[in-house]
Amino acid sequence: MTGEGRLARFAAFWDDYRQSWIAVAALAVVVLTLGLAFAAPLVAPQNPYDLQALDLGDARLPPGETGSAGYVHWLGTDSAGRDLFSAILYGLRISFLIGVLAGAFALVIGATIGLVAAYYGGRIEALIMRIVDLQLSLPAILLALVLVALLGQGLGQLVAALVAAQYAYFARTTHGAASAERRKDYIEAALSTPLPAGRVLFRHLLPNALPPLIVVATVQVANAIALEATLSFLGLGLPVTTPSLGSLISNGFQYLLSGRYWISIYPGIALMIVVVAINLVGDQVRHVLNPRRSR
Amino acid sequence: MLGFLFQRVLQAAAVIVVMSVVVFIGVYAIGNPIDVMIDPAADQKLRAALIARYGLDQPLVVQYFYFAKNVLSGDLGESMVYRLPVMQLILSRFPATLELALSAMVIATVVGIPLGIWAGYRPDAMSSKVIMGLSVLGFSVPTFWVGLLLILAFAVEIGILPSGGRGTVGTLFGIPTSLATWDGIQHLILPALNLSLFKMGLLIRLTRAGMQEAMSADYVRFARAQGLGDGEVIFRHVLKNIAIPIVTVFGLEFGSTLAFAVVTETIFNWPGMGKLIIDSIITLDRPVMVAYLILVVFLFVVINLVVDLAYGQLDPRIRTRGAS
Repeated sequence: MTGEGRLARFAAFWDDYRQSWIAVAALAVVVLTLGLAFAAPLVAPQNPYDLQALDLGDARLPPGETGSAGYVHWLGTDSAGRDLFSAILYGLRISFLIGVLAGAFALVIGATIGLVAAYYGGRIEALIMRIVDLQLSLPAILLALVLVALLGQGLGQLVAALVAAQYAYFARTTHGAASAERRKDYIEAALSTPLPAGRVLFRHLLPNALPPLIVVATVQVANAIALEATLSFLGLGLPVTTPSLGSLISNGFQYLLSGRYWISIYPGIALMIVVVAINLVGDQVRHVLNPRRSR
Repeated sequence: MLGFLFQRVLQAAAVIVVMSVVVFIGVYAIGNPIDVMIDPAADQKLRAALIARYGLDQPLVVQYFYFAKNVLSGDLGESMVYRLPVMQLILSRFPATLELALSAMVIATVVGIPLGIWAGYRPDAMSSKVIMGLSVLGFSVPTFWVGLLLILAFAVEIGILPSGGRGTVGTLFGIPTSLATWDGIQHLILPALNLSLFKMGLLIRLTRAGMQEAMSADYVRFARAQGLGDGEVIFRHVLKNIAIPIVTVFGLEFGSTLAFAVVTETIFNWPGMGKLIIDSIITLDRPVMVAYLILVVFLFVVINLVVDLAYGQLDPRIRTRGAS
């Protein structure tokens, strides 16, 4: 496809996408939070991971108080004296990093498995899809929980657990789309040329099975972020020295009952905004890409 | 039919065996539980004696063999923390989880289905859009965060409901349950509501989709042409037709409600199975982890098997495809 064709297709997609102002607002929120997360070291008044910069005398300050460093803690501080605004920005960074890494690995692994199953068919297909279906019948939270328990704590382990819990969604979706494409004439034609099978699979079959995958990918990034937060909340995620949004909420939980609501609530609001915004974007993309939609 | 049944039961048994091997190896791979159990200063003799007592000095295959033999005779080992048989421990926690999960399912059904019917009946009304927006929230906002908000609102700010724990347990028709006492019900409301929200969102969407599809179907047009009112069309004809997929999905979701209870039980300090598994992961209580996981896998496989068989009954095409 030429560059111009791609541009035209994207313009058409965008025309459809912006029909819903909620979806446009959600996209703006995603872009803004991504930007803030990227720019965290420039925007945040404090590096919350630098234990030397933390002052326990500043612990649990309510929102709006001025701390010992001389600036106002607009969202208050947590039990270690971290400025919550800074901690949330750095936490967003970790959450996005984990969500995107897990989503990307799960996409690559799941799509490859789904493609292979659809291409070979027969026994291989039956075996692969049987395993995938079995995994889909188990809740992702349970799988992730078990894997984190088995693999131990840390960023790599967490991502591995999320990928293992999520790849099956991609495999199922790719398999569904690819087996429909597989029977079409252009694939049969491509396979009858001396092109290697891998090239036909990835250059011809995959691009045409892509739209549903994009939708699943968006939703799975949000799911990965939510899952990571849940695991961290349960005490099985990242260590408290580099808090993600989930561990910030978890740390504040014990102070919730004594009325120090801000330690849990502000990171929670950040988490909710991000997850809901990504889901809304995914919903609209699904709507626009749906081939059965009446135009 | 017998062949189909036999094949499916065999498949289910194979899945359980494979999963038990995976779980056993996986759990074996994490740290030595002896180091967690005893004082690091304890002497080598005590350590060796304990290792021998739990059979940890045997090769992995032998350990699995003994483990499988014990499981088949109903013995899942002994908790290293509570010093109780695991089976007894899990069964003692099971009623609390079951009560929580069932209450959540009831709340989700009673609230979700009417809302879904309305949203499908009047898809363009403002109220329907609000309902659908809320169902997206129920879907995407993490359970634990909603739980925190519920505690903050009802236990801290308004202060009318307890923030956690299971209240007084009374007996109702001979079954010990929180529903028998007012204190118990008060303790149950927040966790049950928390656990129900995800299912509620799912149920609203399912019911709405079914309603929308059914309302444009020929039999509805025909019923209307006969002069039936909308209420009669919906309750006498449409509901019957959309019930089957909803009931099926809901049946499947019951297993995942039990699993999601892990999160809700931790937030509300509910003494069920979910809290037990989290505690056992943190304390590396190996026998409890293995037993819980195998029980969960067993539960899911049985639920799937029942649904598969029910489908085979309802739709003969599935039966023949499965057997070929």
